[in-house]
Parts: sequence; C-alpha cells; structure tokens
Amino acid sequence: MDRYDAPESTPRQSAASGLRDYFIGATPLQKRLESIRKQASVLPTPPRRKILQCSRLQEDVDPQKVAFLLHKQWTLYSLTPLYKFSYTNLKEYSRLLSAFIAAEKQKGLAVEVGDDFSIKVIFSALLGMKGTERDPEALLVQILSKSQLPPQNREGKVLWTGWFCCIFGDSLLETVSEDFTCLPLFLANGAESNTAIIGTWFQKTFDCYFSPLAINAFNLSWMAAMWTACKMDHYVATTEFFWSVPCSPQSLDISYAIHPEDAKALWDSVHKTSGEVTQEEVDLFMDCLYSHFHRHFKIHLSATRLVRVSTSVASAHTDGKIKILCHKYLIGVLAYLTELAIFQIE
Amino acid sequence: MLKEDCASELRVHLAKSLPLPSSVTRPRIDLVVFVINLHSKYSLQNVEESLRHVDASFFLGKVCFLATGAGRDSHCSVHRNTVGKLAHTYRSPLLFCDLEVDTFRASLAQRLVRMLQVCAGHVPGVSALNLLSLLRSSESPPPEEL
Repeated sequence: MDRYDAPESTPRQSAASGLRDYFIGATPLQKRLESIRKQASVLPTPPRRKILQCSRLQEDVDPQKVAFLLHKQWTLYSLTPLYKFSYTNLKEYSRLLSAFIAAEKQKGLAVEVGDDFSIKVIFSALLGMKGTERDPEALLVQILSKSQLPPQNREGKVLWTGWFCCIFGDSLLETVSEDFTCLPLFLANGAESNTAIIGTWFQKTFDCYFSPLAINAFNLSWMAAMWTACKMDHYVATTEFFWSVPCSPQSLDISYAIHPEDAKALWDSVHKTSGEVTQEEVDLFMDCLYSHFHRHFKIHLSATRLVRVSTSVASAHTDGKIKILCHKYLIGVLAYLTELAIFQIE
Repeated sequence: MLKEDCASELRVHLAKSLPLPSSVTRPRIDLVVFVINLHSKYSLQNVEESLRHVDASFFLGKVCFLATGAGRDSHCSVHRNTVGKLAHTYRSPLLFCDLEVDTFRASLAQRLVRMLQVCAGHVPGVSALNLLSLLRSSESPPPEEL
C-alpha cells in the first residue's frame, strides 16, 4: 500500500501525464483547479483546543457588571465587519437608533391610544469582554422604556438587550483593513421584532450583514466535552443531552441526564493531555455515552441528531440559542462561539 | 443508476453492512460504493466496520466512498475531514453528493455508471487502477495531519 505514496514526484506523473492531458485537458486548467482546491480546503476545526479558565483581561471585569449576561437565553447571529464604526459616536448612534425604532414602530401600525412608544436606546461599551488586546471592545445595545412618571431619573425597564463581541478573533482581524470594526458575534435577548429592526438599522448604517448562527451536532458535542472538562466548585445543574430522532410522522425526542460529577469523572478517564482537548477525546467521550445508552435501551444514539446540550457551565441549542451560567468560563464559551461565527462569515 | 443506459447488464446490490452472506451465489462484484451519511455517526461506524471485510484487491480502484448530507450543515455530526481522512487511508476516491436532491442524484448516477464500466473492464485502454491514479493525482493534498 505504501508504494503509492512514494512516487509523488515525476516518475508516476510522467507516465500518467499523457493520459491525463487527454482526459482532463490542458495543464493550465489543472493548475487553476489545484489552486482553487487549496483555497477551498480551509481547515474549519483544529482537533486541539485549549480550555480557557480565566484570561488576564477578564480579571478586570467586575463579576457584578457582567452578571446581567448570565442566566439569560441569547439568540446567536454572526455579523460581518462594520464599516466606519466608531466608539466615540455612541451617543449619536443611540439617538439615531431611537428615532429609527420609533419611526418603524409607528409605520403601518394603527396608533393605539395610551400605548407607550417612548423608548430609549443606549449604546455602551462593555469593557474587558475580549480575549486579547487586539480584539475590539464589546458593544452593548439596550432598549429601555422611558418612564412616563416622575421622577424622570428612574431607569425604565429593559425591553431588549443585544451585544456584540469578538473574543480571540485574530483570524478575522488580520484580514480586514483599518476602516472596519470586527465584532463577529452578536447575541440578542428580547422580542424578535426588535432584533429585526435593530438588525436592519445596523445593516443600513454600517454595511454589514447578520445571519443566524446555527450550531451543528458536531460542534455541540465539542461544547459538551469542553464544558464537562471545566473544573467547577459546585454544580448548579445536571448535565443533559437531547437528541432528535428523525422518523415519520413526528420526530421523537430523547433526553439523557447525567449527574455532573459522573460526567466529569468520565471525562477525566478519557482525557490525556492537560490543557488541550483533542478530537479523539471528544469522540471517545460521546461514544462512551452512546454505548452506555445502547446497552440499556438498544437504541443507537449515534444515528440520531444531537440538538441540545446543557451543563453547569452553559447550555446550547442547535438553533443558535445559548445560556451561560458560569461567569468564570464566560470568555471561554464566547471564544468558541466567536470561532463558529467567524467560520460562518468566511 | 439503473435508469442509465448501459451496454451490458447492470445490477445493483444494496446491503446495510458487510460481510455479505456467503450462502448465495452472485455475479462478480466490480465496484463497491460505501455510503456515509454525514448526519449520523452510526453510519460512519458501520462503514468502518464493513471495510474490514473487504478483500485488499478491491482497493485497487474498485472501492469508492460517497458522503451524503453535506448540504445541511446544521444536521451534520460527522466532520468532512473525518471522511476525507478515511478515504485517504484507504486510498480510494471520495465523492460528495446530496442524495436527497434529484439533479445531484442523476449526475452522480452517471458518474458511478462510468466508473463501473471502467472497473468492469468495458472501456478499452483504461483499467480501474488507471482511473484511480488519475483521480488521485488531481485531488488536493491529503488533509494535513493536525
């Protein structure tokens, strides 16, 4: 079998080249195909990934300040780089966006008397939510309802929250020019209609493009392994997996709950190199779960589709919904999501 | 594939896994196509199991891997590189096709029938081994060892 590998060079090629030219055509075409294929084979998943516990920058982040990011369900989108966005114009953007939203809400709707259309939009920078110094600052947008009653300084209720971030986005930062700000990951919580309006405004103002970020089963199993590997002082939730079985007429859902300490013990027995997670370890971890389930229920979970993973660190759904429960690993979770977002953009 | 026009008789035998039962006499097998569904890890494991039962002489051009389901990335649980590596290990060509789409199916059927004709020796001047080296030299370099 190894004989085929050795003559990568001329002897084999010269023998086959006559035949090749006859079948495939001129060699320049083949060279072009070769270069296109090389570009297309961009590697999306390295098999090793470091688990981030706490980056130095995160120590500057006050846990109180980011507490509002936890325990909320965020819908994920990937965002192409923003053109001519500046952190100094945040007040200006707040004003413009408020006006836009007010106009949108009044357009085409019957005016309901007594309905409160007065809303306030706040843009602010989330300091410390980044992986390296090169990452741009995270941006937070909130829609608050303006309180009608005095005292005026009472903060209104938060109706919608959205934030943009870029954690360890080096691969994207290297490819864009100075005019662009890269914030590839967008997380939104709140009414879908608000998300759509804000998305439209951003797309018009900064010439960018949003697209929903779906997480496939392959990446979900990676997340499950990485989050199970995280060291926790105490576990706030059981580790749960949900699978969807494609069958007619209605799909079947299977859920599998494990005690988090058992899951961690299983992971520790599989894990070899410290500080890195490899593809083989993830596969082995999932295979152990599948074979255990098969032994009891005679169902091959590997033939079904993993749709949701829930651990004490975070929980993720294949439709692109995420809920982060632990502030210690917040940056780590966001780093992986940023990577998925960047991959989707490219 | 059976809808394609072919000079001689074309027979297709479908099996969920190998080895095939030896109690039945069957005509000579010219081409083995392993279908891997990227949505299901079970499918990959099944194929890996079955590969062990294939005689080594088949790998000289008479085996081909077909990966389906790459179109719906959100449903994929097997990575493209995994099947790429598998095909590279067994020195056999890897084809991607979404079997659920009619037009793709039709063009793939044509391609497989052509391959089959070569493997059965019905095309003068080209043997299965020739075809294999042709397909390999025009492929991109193997997935990097990471």
